[in-house]
Amino acid sequence: MKFDTPAGQNPIDQLKVVGKATDRIDGKFKTTGTASYAYERHDVVPNQAYGYVLGAGIAKGRVRAIDTAAAKRAPGVLAIVTTLDVPKQGLGVMNVANLFGGDEIQHYHQAIAVVVAETFEQARAAAFLVKVDHAPGAGKFDLAVEAKAAKPVEGGSGEGSGGGGEDRHGDFEGAFGQAPVKLDQTYTTPDESHAMMEPHATIAAWQGDTLTLWTSNQMIAWGHGSVAKILGIPKENVRIDSPYIGGGFGGKLFVRADAVLAALGAKAAGRPVKLALTRPLIINNTTHRPATIQHIRIGATRDGHITAIAHESISGNLQNGRPETAVDQTKLLYAGANRLTAMRLAHLDLPEGNAMRAPGEAPGLMALEMAMDEMAETLGLDPVEFRIRNDTQVDPGKPERPFSHRDLVGCLKRGAETFGWNRRNPTPGQVRDGHWLVGIGMAAGFRNNLLMKSGARVRLDPAGTVTVETDMTDIGTGSYTIIAQTAAEMMGVPLDKVVVRLGDSAFPVSAGSGGQFGANNATAGVYAACVKLREAVAQRLGINSADAVFADGEVRSGNRAVPLGQAANAGELTAEDAIEYGDLSKKQQQSTFAGHFVEVGVDADTAEVRVRRMLAVCAAGRILNPKSARSQVIGGMTMGVGAALMEELAVDTKRGFFANHDLAGYEVPVHADIPHQEVIFLDEVDPQSSPMKAKGVGELGICGVGAAVANAVYNATGVRVRDYPITLDKLLGRMPDAA
Amino acid sequence: MRSFTYERPSTPAEAAASVARNPEAKFIAGGTNLLDLMKLQIETPSHLVDVNGLSLDRIEPTPEGGLRIGALVRNTDLAADPRVRTDYGVLSRALLAGASGQLRNKATTAGNLLQRTRCPYFYDTAQPCNKRQPGSGCSALDGVSRQLAVIGASEACIATHPGDMAVAMRVLDATVETVDAKGTERKIPVAEFHRLPGDRPEVDTHLKPGELITAVTLPAPKAGTHIYRKVRDRASYAYALVSVAAILAKDGTGHVAFGGVAPRPWRVEAAEADLRKGAKAVTDRVFAGAKPTEHNAYKLKLAERTLTAALNQARA
Repeated sequence: MKFDTPAGQNPIDQLKVVGKATDRIDGKFKTTGTASYAYERHDVVPNQAYGYVLGAGIAKGRVRAIDTAAAKRAPGVLAIVTTLDVPKQGLGVMNVANLFGGDEIQHYHQAIAVVVAETFEQARAAAFLVKVDHAPGAGKFDLAVEAKAAKPVEGGSGEGSGGGGEDRHGDFEGAFGQAPVKLDQTYTTPDESHAMMEPHATIAAWQGDTLTLWTSNQMIAWGHGSVAKILGIPKENVRIDSPYIGGGFGGKLFVRADAVLAALGAKAAGRPVKLALTRPLIINNTTHRPATIQHIRIGATRDGHITAIAHESISGNLQNGRPETAVDQTKLLYAGANRLTAMRLAHLDLPEGNAMRAPGEAPGLMALEMAMDEMAETLGLDPVEFRIRNDTQVDPGKPERPFSHRDLVGCLKRGAETFGWNRRNPTPGQVRDGHWLVGIGMAAGFRNNLLMKSGARVRLDPAGTVTVETDMTDIGTGSYTIIAQTAAEMMGVPLDKVVVRLGDSAFPVSAGSGGQFGANNATAGVYAACVKLREAVAQRLGINSADAVFADGEVRSGNRAVPLGQAANAGELTAEDAIEYGDLSKKQQQSTFAGHFVEVGVDADTAEVRVRRMLAVCAAGRILNPKSARSQVIGGMTMGVGAALMEELAVDTKRGFFANHDLAGYEVPVHADIPHQEVIFLDEVDPQSSPMKAKGVGELGICGVGAAVANAVYNATGVRVRDYPITLDKLLGRMPDAA
Repeated sequence: MRSFTYERPSTPAEAAASVARNPEAKFIAGGTNLLDLMKLQIETPSHLVDVNGLSLDRIEPTPEGGLRIGALVRNTDLAADPRVRTDYGVLSRALLAGASGQLRNKATTAGNLLQRTRCPYFYDTAQPCNKRQPGSGCSALDGVSRQLAVIGASEACIATHPGDMAVAMRVLDATVETVDAKGTERKIPVAEFHRLPGDRPEVDTHLKPGELITAVTLPAPKAGTHIYRKVRDRASYAYALVSVAAILAKDGTGHVAFGGVAPRPWRVEAAEADLRKGAKAVTDRVFAGAKPTEHNAYKLKLAERTLTAALNQARA
């Protein structure tokens, strides 16, 4: 189905199932332990052996020799494959670091061997007997140092944000020079780890030349092609199955060492192999969100209209790596005729930087929205009012291009009213509650809506059960449920008459999960397939499809009402289609918007920051399932608190790795850190986005939260910290004297 | 994890003898730290002596009016004991500030004293660490050291003792009771229990090979407000950046020990005379001679301000 004109009235608009707060249909499997994650799939193939991955102990250089003699003699060992045994393997989609093969070490904990044994404990013990002779080389590990040599770079995050090395509109320098009110500040964000609950894990089994991988992967079609490319085998000989994923946040967009080494280990051992990456390997072997140094300049008139805005970001990566696209939202969020955005990339020999939840916007808004808070204060304007005053309904760089639907102002006004923004004292450091200094802050949230082709197959059996098959994934987001809701709405059946099967490369290719593009596109693909199935049903029943009404498990036309399943009496009906997009998103800018409001307490003595209240108001098109959408947003808000206050991969700039490589050292918020979180969705639809009239929302939840927390800390203390995370050591020396 | 043999002796002296005989043997009680370290082959005992069956799990009053806490009393039970809650609040609060409910259910009193540092380089077997591999060097000195020691450390090691319980024990003037292979009993003041690293950071305590902790004894209760203030980057489940264990009267006089700053709970009794003058007077003396790194110098200011918070709390 080609979607190239805005959606009119369609069966989804009935909203009998879609749009209702709905429990996850997979929830009972997850709460009873019957949803099997990759490492737990003991039943898919017999005789599974265990693999253990060994990572390089240097950050840069070569592996001279690997002595496996003692390890091979260890109890239970079936096979060992080292990086010196195989040539450098190919690269998969979106990745630049070599996953395995050859003697070159590009980063710390690059995989250099897999040990396969009868038990996990035996494999791990044997791995400690592998003796590696490293030849360390000199590397570059310090972004602050290498930033000086950073070069302009164009590029995209692969999840919707991107741009040129330098993009200009109007005359930024001239307008900034003449602006009566100016801001010129630099902000930094650290490297971050996805820290998803489920580690990267794979079971691999060969049958002759055919490879099956039961794994944990967000993008099945990318993974399918990548495995074939990396291993140098035909795509037809690979199957990937990933029905449940315990979190990914972008860390599982790609095929990682677990899949490659399970496959190579299984081949060497002549048996199926299961393995999971340990947490230290997840942190230094896989990908992370790269640190940024962001320079922001804003010029405005005295009454608070922005005349010039520049956002420049420097990040680092391995050779051929992409930049963190932190400047992208600044092209679209606020008005102003004279604009400059630029990205520069420094060469670093740290592990590969890549997409993490809302790549670009998440760190970009942490800087931009703090700058907006500072600018509002300089102007003597309320931060909410300053943003409203600079709202734009068109792409400010291309004024002929409007937003499809933009209600940032609605988010900010509703949020301010609900949160009690008018009770905020604009002078910082004034509000006390016992030993707490109390502050309130806000920020705008922004994230683009991406349109991607997405396919599905739907089947109808004589019992009237509708089965949906698509390689779409559910990474904890609720994909199963919104897909079931879509099929139920389209076919006029209750939810329990829908079966959803996901994550198998044998199914039609979907958009996959990333860049908050999964929900709208994958359900639109199911919509397209259901339109075809409705036609097939009508034809089978001899009903004019234009007259057919699908409701209550029946197909009705005039006075006739036939049970839906009857259409399949002569044999199962199958329909397959994909949603494909025209140029609607080129003519009009599709984005999602939020207002984030946060109250914090800062301990007057110790400068510990604790979040007290949070609110997000989101404008993101039709909300398909308010319950799972809320879960997505509060998850994003929680991640935003982590980014603001504690998350940081600590770089050992001498040895070249992230030193805090476990979940004791890399701190993310615990329950005690997260207070009541309120989420409001504005009631809206966007007919430009798809027949679903929905947009992404899963990443909007994190976008802007970090700055709202930071602005609240400033309001509480009067101390402005521009280097995230805002840990107490950065506040301590400047805290107001305790009363 | 390397293969090991395992035994369950029936008396403390037998247990001590068994470990004394074999330099590669270790005691195991709750195992909350040792098992993790064995999985990573940071600890590689060839023989484990399980002391869980030695009936060292009672809390009893002493003739001196104190409490004798068996070595195997679980952290959860110790924190919840009514006598501890009433008379040794600083200890109960310190225990509850540590780890998680699940870990406290397993962790023992003696094991808590013996937990090893959480320095990231101690945990990464590819990196030099004098505590893990004597003579290999200290990566933390010019590495990531935000969490590490500001005082009591050496050129060989800047690791901290990570615990909370021991800091409270220190301000309470607890005594560690042990037995050795010959059945000889010994009493070690908790102040002299942990070693400073010097040039032998691989040795954490003054225990002799095979010497088994049987109990920790608390003297008669000390009057005052019992405070344990643990400062960390998140609200729970994190090691202290700085902690203060204090027993303070309303006029500010009393006793104070610091955690998260040194290879052992850090207390300078002489400085307590200055408590009436305020926090800075005390911490200037307690931390005289401190050698912080660029990353952890903030701990000196934090220690002062955390003590201020404790003094405010005692006065309130």
